[in-house]
Amino acid sequence: MAAKFSARQLLNRHGREPIIEVSGLKACYGERVVLDGVNLNIRRGETMVILGGSGSGKSTLLRHIEGLERPSGGSVRICGIDLAKATDQQLSALRRMMGVSFQSAAMFNSMTVGENVALPLLEHTDLAEPTIELMTKMKLQQVGLSGVEDLYPMQLSGGMRKRASLARALAMDPEILLFDEPSAGLDPVIAAGLDELILDLKGTFRITIIVVTHALSSAFRIADRMCMLYEGKMLAVGTVDEIRNHPHPRIHQFVNRIPSQPEPSSHRYITGF
Amino acid sequence: MPLLDAVGRYSVRQVEYLGALAIQLWRCLRFTVRAHAFGRRRLRWKRVVMQMAEIGVHSLPVLCLVSGATGLIMALQGGAELRKFGAMDAVINLVGTSMTRELGPLIAAIVVIGRSGSAMSAEVATMAVTEELDALRAMALDPVDFVLVPKYLAMLVMLPCLTVMAVFSGILAGGVFTYYSLDLTLIQYFLRTGDILLMRDIISGLVKAGIFATVIVHVSCLEGFLVRGGPVSVGRATTNAVVKSIFLVVLADLICTAFFYFYWR
Ligand SMILES: Nc1ncnc2c1ncn2[C@@H]1O[C@H](COP(=O)(O)OP(=O)(O)OP(=O)(O)O)[C@@H](O)[C@H]1O
Ligand SMILES: [Mg+2]
Repeated sequence: MAAKFSARQLLNRHGREPIIEVSGLKACYGERVVLDGVNLNIRRGETMVILGGSGSGKSTLLRHIEGLERPSGGSVRICGIDLAKATDQQLSALRRMMGVSFQSAAMFNSMTVGENVALPLLEHTDLAEPTIELMTKMKLQQVGLSGVEDLYPMQLSGGMRKRASLARALAMDPEILLFDEPSAGLDPVIAAGLDELILDLKGTFRITIIVVTHALSSAFRIADRMCMLYEGKMLAVGTVDEIRNHPHPRIHQFVNRIPSQPEPSSHRYITGF
Repeated sequence: MPLLDAVGRYSVRQVEYLGALAIQLWRCLRFTVRAHAFGRRRLRWKRVVMQMAEIGVHSLPVLCLVSGATGLIMALQGGAELRKFGAMDAVINLVGTSMTRELGPLIAAIVVIGRSGSAMSAEVATMAVTEELDALRAMALDPVDFVLVPKYLAMLVMLPCLTVMAVFSGILAGGVFTYYSLDLTLIQYFLRTGDILLMRDIISGLVKAGIFATVIVHVSCLEGFLVRGGPVSVGRATTNAVVKSIFLVVLADLICTAFFYFYWR
């Protein structure tokens, strides 16, 4: 309990500076450099959408913000604390105020969906069992899932699993939410519902939300600011309009969904066959 | 030079591995103590009990068969030699002491490595591959605390129990032999075994079981935790866990036996 309290204190003391500061972040997998000098500041209460082609390192960036990877260079600071230098207590306090939904959902397969969502509550709070049960039901309802508490994750469809992982991320009423492609694999109606949920959360609770998404219409709807990753660099950070009208050809191409021109050589290859 | 290089690299890797094992053990012990000290919900008794059933109850039949067969083999082999010296009685000493001090713990450990150690490393490795371990970390739950501690506690309770059962069935099998060859009733046989066994034998067997439990759980889970990459690495982790556990259990057995030989007689 003490650790949790200190996290809130931290947040209040922290005041007006960006809640998340990524500076000069360099990330490598083995020899391969995936992120190279990425800078990004996220203010408290804003919704940041991260855009970028497949394989551009969006999930990697999120993993660094969650403190799951150690940067090869640069730093990630949350509430002014450098994750690489944080003590176990600080890291644990920071993580308790973050809700994370992975791209692969990452549900605990040995537990039922209900147990998955209840887990952080059981572990980190002193709430009574019936309260936790009720909250679990509510969180699942929020993402449009009800009556699946007793099923195992493997018995759900991919989209349902995804939503269950969102419910789990919401369970602790986090200050910071990180969603990796929340609407991938969801039908348009549910995806739209998810946008509403995000707008709702940011309207009522002043939560800081980071969303990685490829769904542009939803991105434009929920974002306060957007940024775009390309070839390991942060190409641009700006408001929705700034990004929408950005002169950079890659961004222009991305937000207007213009396919890449085939390379001249491959063109020749195809016609020459 | 390349040879020296390779040897050097290999040694560094092994030392690193032992270091990782030691750190994991230290963290596990800290979490275990803390969970007890604060008496919160953190110790997941349900998981511990499930693991205990899995490790203990389900491996009992095969363990008793293996251990009984070993006891009988020892009685037959020993009897064949001892008969030459007219010391057939000594079969009772042979079976009783070697089962209690040595073979009971070892057989129990090896059966448990095959059944539970491999399952544990496969489970943990799968959790690593499907990002479940990362999800735990992101929730501020330490995988060592959440995954390893329940398994460790279950093993720490069950392996000594299984050892007792292994010793019992091994000695019982020896009794079957003496029933036919020495015309001893089972009760007489057990009474004589009881006279022969010292408290020291029993305690050293149980201490070994506790040490083996530690080795098995920590090696199996560490192999799982270290997994990077796809499903192929799950298989590799399982194989490594079994091979390393067997090797380290035998090594630990040697060290314990030497220790008891020199310092406790
Ligand atoms: N565990 C890993 N080991 C090695 N390379 C990795 C690993 N994870 C990611 N990569 C590499 O890092 C790069 C960025 O991956 P990342 O998952 O961050 O992309 P992404 O932007 O999230 O893509 P997508 O939109 O498809 O999810 C990829 O080129 C990938 O090959
Ligand atoms: Mg991704």
